[in-house]
Amino acid sequence: MADERVVGIDLGTTNSLVAFMQGDKPMVIPGEDGLNLVPSVVALNPARPGTLVGNAARITLITAPEKAIYSVKRLMGRGVEDVTEELKFFPFRLVDDIQPGEVLRIRLGDTEFTPPEISAHILRQLKRNAERYFGAPVTQAVVTVPAYFNDAQRQATKDAGRMAGLEVLRLVNEPTAAALAYGLDRQKEGIIAVYDFGGGTFDVSILKLHEGIFEVIATNGDTHLGGDDIDNLLIAIALDDLAGDAGMDVRRQPEAIQAIRKAVIEAKIALSSEPVAQFDIELPHGGRYQREIFREQFEQLIEPVIARTIAPCRDALRDANLTPDQIDEVVLVGGSTRIPAVQRLVSDVFELPRRGKQSRTELNPDEVVALGAAVQANILGGGSKATEDMLLLDVTPLSLGIEALGGVVAKIIQRNSTIPASASESFTTGVDGQTNVAIHVLQGEREMAKDCRSLARFDLKGIPPMSAGLPRIEVKFLIDANGILHVSALELRSGKQAEVSVKPAYGLTDEQVESMILESFDHAEEDIHLRQLVEARNDADTILNALEKAPLSPAWQLLEPDERAKIGALSVELAALKQGDDLQALRAGTEALDKATHRFAELMMDAAVSSAIKGQTMQSADDKLGEGPAAPHPIAQAEFH
Amino acid sequence: MQIAEGVSVPAKCWSCGHEVADGAPFCISCGKVQPPQQANYFAMFGLPPKLDLDVQTLEKQFYRYSRKLHPDLHARASQQEQEWSLTQASLLNDAYRTLKNPLDRTKYLLRLEGVELEDARQLNPSKVPADLLEEVFELNMQLEELRQNQKMGEDDPQLRRDLEAAKNQFAGQLTELDQQMRSRWTAWDAAWEQNDEAKKAASKDAMTALLQRRSYLQNLVRDVDETLGRS
Repeated sequence: MADERVVGIDLGTTNSLVAFMQGDKPMVIPGEDGLNLVPSVVALNPARPGTLVGNAARITLITAPEKAIYSVKRLMGRGVEDVTEELKFFPFRLVDDIQPGEVLRIRLGDTEFTPPEISAHILRQLKRNAERYFGAPVTQAVVTVPAYFNDAQRQATKDAGRMAGLEVLRLVNEPTAAALAYGLDRQKEGIIAVYDFGGGTFDVSILKLHEGIFEVIATNGDTHLGGDDIDNLLIAIALDDLAGDAGMDVRRQPEAIQAIRKAVIEAKIALSSEPVAQFDIELPHGGRYQREIFREQFEQLIEPVIARTIAPCRDALRDANLTPDQIDEVVLVGGSTRIPAVQRLVSDVFELPRRGKQSRTELNPDEVVALGAAVQANILGGGSKATEDMLLLDVTPLSLGIEALGGVVAKIIQRNSTIPASASESFTTGVDGQTNVAIHVLQGEREMAKDCRSLARFDLKGIPPMSAGLPRIEVKFLIDANGILHVSALELRSGKQAEVSVKPAYGLTDEQVESMILESFDHAEEDIHLRQLVEARNDADTILNALEKAPLSPAWQLLEPDERAKIGALSVELAALKQGDDLQALRAGTEALDKATHRFAELMMDAAVSSAIKGQTMQSADDKLGEGPAAPHPIAQAEFH
Repeated sequence: MQIAEGVSVPAKCWSCGHEVADGAPFCISCGKVQPPQQANYFAMFGLPPKLDLDVQTLEKQFYRYSRKLHPDLHARASQQEQEWSLTQASLLNDAYRTLKNPLDRTKYLLRLEGVELEDARQLNPSKVPADLLEEVFELNMQLEELRQNQKMGEDDPQLRRDLEAAKNQFAGQLTELDQQMRSRWTAWDAAWEQNDEAKKAASKDAMTALLQRRSYLQNLVRDVDETLGRS
């Protein structure tokens, strides 16, 4: 399977997408419902054991909120002590006995899930969508993460991929992916800033583009700032209104809160294009809530939230050693950048109007990250004409340090270092005969260890017993191209490889991940074969059904007798193949019949066109074709590879 | 980690057998990534250990090498080659980051030359350069006074202005030092070319002293910034 397609996945807080490069253009793969966006919602299936993902799960969010979860990305790679703020606003039902430093567990109905498991369900849905589209298994992906994600959050995302049966070839930072999508159409040079304000995270990255190299110079952000925060402000108003004027306290009614949440999101979206929007909410337990909100009010309300994006932009500029007027272009990414007040803020920060510039929004801000992930997937998959000169040089968003004497952090890899990056540090023993040395690795910019993010504690074991201070253990820290840390150690005097046991904070061990691999993955091969067979049968049906009506068409009479005979024979053959389960033969039969009917299809098109000219409407011509006006070949087949 | 002097035995590419220069990360004949060796940042770029280097040329070279070494370009290669690519690309990035920054480059060369530089954060107060002693002493007194004021919730605008002025004066000295460092580079580069051990040693000592002085000044500026920023 050397030619297996690598897909690009945007695993978003609110929505997720899967994309791939078709020829020289990245495109989003739609789901079964024909929609590109898969809402990042997972629910227990009310009908049978298992889960629902996406739009199907969104209904559960309102009907049975205790069985559904959204915005789980906010919990990825985090500990219980990190999420107290989130719990005030999000109906995450955490299991009670979680200890600090442990991976979180969320209750859905009677089942417990870790955040990576929930994400794995979303990834598996995207994987299935792609497999359905290609009619072939998909096992490798590039997955995007917020640039400001730390090591634990990245590791959790990679674990989720593994649980979903996807080998994550690369984690790409979301703003960088967006830059790749923008940089594809023409060879660009210069400095660009990507302002990525999504559902739950905010990132800003500054890149230098030169001859196809996308070099990130600086990145900054806030992994807890997004459209969700704006929704929560509006929900709070609605709840206050209800409690005050209507005397209805629905704070403890999750169904009501979800109904309100849905309505405020609609109002928020409307306010990007309208001066005023209405909430009109039928409450699940009776009652109705109506309110008007004007754009001015809305903008005043959200000002404190969107203003929090300014400092990261300034910090990124400072780290890049650039002034706003040195930024040639600003690219807007993420649904929240559709808000006019956000666009004005970006223009101000980067001084765009003064320089006669505008921020760039040509690519759909909801899709651009997935499209960029597809570009990176193409590069990793061996490249193509469109990507052959493209190379992404990304950075680590946070400094890496080790806890030194007195709880101070000694930085060993500075933030905004190009990755992969490495550093070596020497350690020794403090006591005669000491055989273990404990090392505490942290990520963050603060001076004291207690203010930084604890990544892991390592024990260097098996140091040969020597006098204190004599052993020299060289520890190598390597941040790979995914932004994930690897550690190895060597005792220099004995040349012995010291054993490093890593206890990831807030993470899962390899064994745990192994045990969480989604069950269906065990049957993935069979599943895929079965699905492919079903799809091949559907394809055969489509063509056979279309041919049933063929003799009624005037075009049929225009065919040579032997052409008609051949079509007849192949139809009978295909009908027989459809009953069996030989996938290859079935596909070959469908393809043969498709080929044989090609001229017939063309004649039908001609007939349709000429009848349209004769004054028939396009609609009746369509009815005759039995296909939409866009189909060039009325019984066109999906491509097989 | 001494710089290789004299003749070393040329290595051969594991893939095509072509000769590979010492420290070269990839084969110039077939382009395959080579197993990582003890890293020397200068050798990595095929550069002599000289300090006055052109950063723009270095950048071009960095991009060129990145196109050979980056793990993205070896995602389909053997496990072994992927590991080499990861290590070599990290060394390349580390090397570029170090060499493009004048100060880091100087420190790196001195370390290669066996000079043990003190950690800037743990400078020995007894080794304050003599001509700075008086100023450092006075500045520390003023800083202490300001901290006391802050504890009592008082503010002395004159003291703040004095400290600002002192800080600016030290910052000015820093800029001067960086100018001086440039001429030290020239001296080192010349000594290296002539392979003049005595001149090389003199140049190393001069640069080490300059760096140390620089660290002191930088710490002072930082202390003032931190203390002023606190109130």
